[in-house]
Amino acid sequence: MKMNVSLPGLDLKNPIMPASGCFGFGKEYSEFYDLSKLGAICVKAVSPLMKRGNPTPRVAETPGGMLNAIGLQNPGLESVMENELPWLERFDVPIIVNIAGNTIEEYMDVARVVSKAPNVKAVELNISCPNVKEGGIAFGTDPYIAKELTARVKDVCHVPVYVKLSPNVTDIVTIAKAVEEGGADGLSMINTLLGMRLDLKTGKPILANETGGLSGSAIKPVAVRMIYTVSQQVSIPIIGMGGVTNADDALELILAGASAVAVGTQNFVDPFACPTIIEELEEKLKDYHVDHIGELTGRSWRPSLQPLTTR
Amino acid sequence: MKKVEAMTVVSQRTIANNIYECSLKGDLVSVMNEPGQFVHLKVTDGIEPTLRRPISICSVDTNERTFTMVYRVEGIGTKKLSHKLPGERVNVLGPLGHGFPMEELKSESHCLLVGGGIGVPPLYELAKQLTSKGHSVTAVLGFRSKEDVFYEREFSRLGPTFVATEDGSYGEMGFVTDVIGAKQLTGDCYYACGPRPMLKAIESNMPIPGFLSLEERMGCGIGACLACVCDMKNEAGYRKVCSDGPVFKAGEVVV
Ligand SMILES: Cc1cc2nc3c(=O)[nH]c(=O)nc-3n(C[C@H](O)[C@H](O)[C@H](O)COP(=O)(O)OP(=O)(O)OC[C@H]3O[C@@H](n4cnc5c(N)ncnc54)[C@H](O)[C@@H]3O)c2cc1C
Ligand SMILES: Cc1cc2nc3c(=O)[nH]c(=O)nc-3n(C[C@H](O)[C@H](O)[C@H](O)COP(=O)(O)O)c2cc1C
Ligand code: FES
Repeated sequence: MKMNVSLPGLDLKNPIMPASGCFGFGKEYSEFYDLSKLGAICVKAVSPLMKRGNPTPRVAETPGGMLNAIGLQNPGLESVMENELPWLERFDVPIIVNIAGNTIEEYMDVARVVSKAPNVKAVELNISCPNVKEGGIAFGTDPYIAKELTARVKDVCHVPVYVKLSPNVTDIVTIAKAVEEGGADGLSMINTLLGMRLDLKTGKPILANETGGLSGSAIKPVAVRMIYTVSQQVSIPIIGMGGVTNADDALELILAGASAVAVGTQNFVDPFACPTIIEELEEKLKDYHVDHIGELTGRSWRPSLQPLTTR
Repeated sequence: MKKVEAMTVVSQRTIANNIYECSLKGDLVSVMNEPGQFVHLKVTDGIEPTLRRPISICSVDTNERTFTMVYRVEGIGTKKLSHKLPGERVNVLGPLGHGFPMEELKSESHCLLVGGGIGVPPLYELAKQLTSKGHSVTAVLGFRSKEDVFYEREFSRLGPTFVATEDGSYGEMGFVTDVIGAKQLTGDCYYACGPRPMLKAIESNMPIPGFLSLEERMGCGIGACLACVCDMKNEAGYRKVCSDGPVFKAGEVVV
């Protein structure tokens, strides 16, 4: 079985990569395994200047998942260029830089600079960030702004641009089509779902930020549904994520329409999550009547005569 | 390379109200050498609960390849842990973090150990190692009430030990800081672990150098997710409780 996947800017040995914010800049996980095993690495969100993030508690557990309100804490563009990205050059793996901004210009500033780093093969725009010029509404909830953001980043970016969609919208297809028109080379989906938990002792929210993003197994059906719908409406590839804990989950997102799969929360549960899923996936695919993993992308909605597997 | 291991439960028993002592056996014990470090436990194979649970290493027996934890049943994770019987497995990630430093102590130092509630356990391995290195220890252990008290006898074997209960039902009435004040306890340095208000009070009242072990809600436990950060006192930066801590020099971070 051929596990390699070719996407705009990205030659992946296999379709599995850690999701942004769930892997730092790789250092911690490099103490567990060789990061060159990964298809790619998507690093923590990078903003123009260092961001302190939210007060603690920043995480709360939920059934089958967790809420986080880290607040996009990161060391800032300059430090990422000087320290984090050069350090990652020791591994044979393409890097995707996740970008956060509060204005279109901030996204452009980061994209212009990081896309010159030799190991950065793509950027991913986190459009769930609040747009300060528009009263703090997320970029990802307005198709016009999402499109404009994509187009303007494309103008200055030296590598392909993936746009990471927020599931916290009424109609994700409209946003997906808008960013495709804006020139996006690919989509990443889904980001976390906005949620909240209360402490029954204090009666107050558990998270200092009050609300947080839901991730983990609990959101997988939402990811499957959204990838299934969007992949039939756009012609750019999708990096799927949301609740992937094992090879079966990864396969489900691929069948729904993803070309590659990112693993987030599961890295916290099992630091070996990514290499384990890669091995399991390769084993699993032996049962499938395909020569290349790419043939499974979107199989759920493509007309086909054969059953997927006879086992 | 770091590892995770499915370690085997060798014992599990109740030692106080809702407090359990559990020993696990396995190879990871060979790298558990810094008192104050913790393990991050996956208590089930399923998805409930999703996240690991941080628990301090309370004592280590390298000959037996076992380590012991003492924990309070709080919610679903610790409850499931308490149901594990000898022979069953618990998935262990660790040892994690930086423990209580001992290298800078002058020989035959006297150390004050201050623990509150479930902050007491990591001080026990520390007490064992300090005394075996020729230092002396005095322990001040704070609990809510008589039925919450544990490990008094274990600490007494290693040095003078004072117990305080908030309701006065056992030992001295009040907080650990009250006992320290009343008995004028001091030393060359102190090591403290317990709830934040206790750590704050200790840090501002103690005139001697010391180390504090902090608790924070965690995701990864290894420094990657930035769930567990705390601010530095004198600089703009931050520290991660899981990987820079959980033990910090008094005055380094905002408690
Ligand atoms: C470094 C460190 C060492 C610790 N050592 C011990 C120990 O030796 N003995 C002991 O009894 N307890 C210890 N704790 C506290 C212990 O981690 C919590 O009591 C436990 O996580 C509660 O889990 P639960 O599922 O029972 O409770 P729930 O309330 O169901 O937990 C919900 C979520 O909140 C988190 N959480 C709840 N309370 C705490 C807390 N106090 N600190 C951090 N996270 C929390 C849980 O990990 C989980 O993610 C330690 C905590 C830290 C950070
Ligand atoms: C602690 C944490 C931090 C995250 N940080 C970011 C981030 O900086 N940028 C981003 O685009 N997504 C971030 N995410 C979202 C993940 O990349 C991913 O889209 C989401 O968690 C769903 O995948 P999962 O269910 O596998 O975790 C974060 C998620 C978590 C749990
Ligand atoms: S728990 Fe993830 S950084 Fe500390």
